[in-house]
Amino acid sequence: MFPAGAAVRVKNDWPEARGPVHIRTPHYVRGQKGTIVRHLGDFPNPEDLAFARPAADCRLYHVAFPMEAVWDGNGAPDELLIELYGHWLEPA
Amino acid sequence: MNILDTDGARLLDAVRGLLAQKGIVSAAEIAERIAITDSASPGQGARMVAKAWIDPAYRASMLEDGSKAAEALDIPMRGMPPLGVLENTPEVHNLVVCTLCSCYPRAVLGYPPFWYKSAAYRSKAVRDPRGLLAEWKTTIAADVKVRVVDSTADYRWMVLPMRPAGTEGWTEAQLAAIVREGDMVGVTVPSI
Repeated sequence: MFPAGAAVRVKNDWPEARGPVHIRTPHYVRGQKGTIVRHLGDFPNPEDLAFARPAADCRLYHVAFPMEAVWDGNGAPDELLIELYGHWLEPA
Repeated sequence: MNILDTDGARLLDAVRGLLAQKGIVSAAEIAERIAITDSASPGQGARMVAKAWIDPAYRASMLEDGSKAAEALDIPMRGMPPLGVLENTPEVHNLVVCTLCSCYPRAVLGYPPFWYKSAAYRSKAVRDPRGLLAEWKTTIAADVKVRVVDSTADYRWMVLPMRPAGTEGWTEAQLAAIVREGDMVGVTVPSI
């Protein structure tokens, strides 16, 4: 369980290159460093639900990313806030 | 036979019949869901916003749990994804997008507008939010943080905009009438 404020990195993983998948992690955020804002709750893993497989509950987090880091050179103080499942995150 | 070539009405009847026969969902439940879907509109979200502008306790409960706050105004939330509410402040302006598909808080805003589902909106919102806002004639001061909320998973998100100046003493109904769909997505801000 990641606490609020924890520094995390989104796995730079591309399962769609290995076969049919359903994933809820946008491509533009893979490999990026962000900060846990809060734990939103636990939800059945959509990667399994989409294929009618038994789906274990996964932790879902709100994770903030500085816009400037995701899109190199955007100088504004803006940020992206994205719902991401715990198994896509690793400590940074 | 290809399923796309079948008679849609007959197919629907057959599926409904099977759902009822197997005890999965009754005809009455389907009718109830259709009525709920048809009654959802931006007017529902606008009622929540107006109440939040007038009632600080309601505002706090709305930010804590959007689904409960919707139910408190008799907006049906059963079976709907959890609703989160994002508060605009003098420091932060929220903009909601779903880059992966078209996740939208339908219970409180109704069907998503066509532009929300467009590839252009979905890509530009995350890549160049201020450029996108400029296309909507919405200017956010350079020192205000634009927070782009990518609705990727189980929650649905609506924006609680700031109450515009000049609305002091207005009734809840008057306030609700100035809140538009775009204000609750974050592409625009309420004005009078």
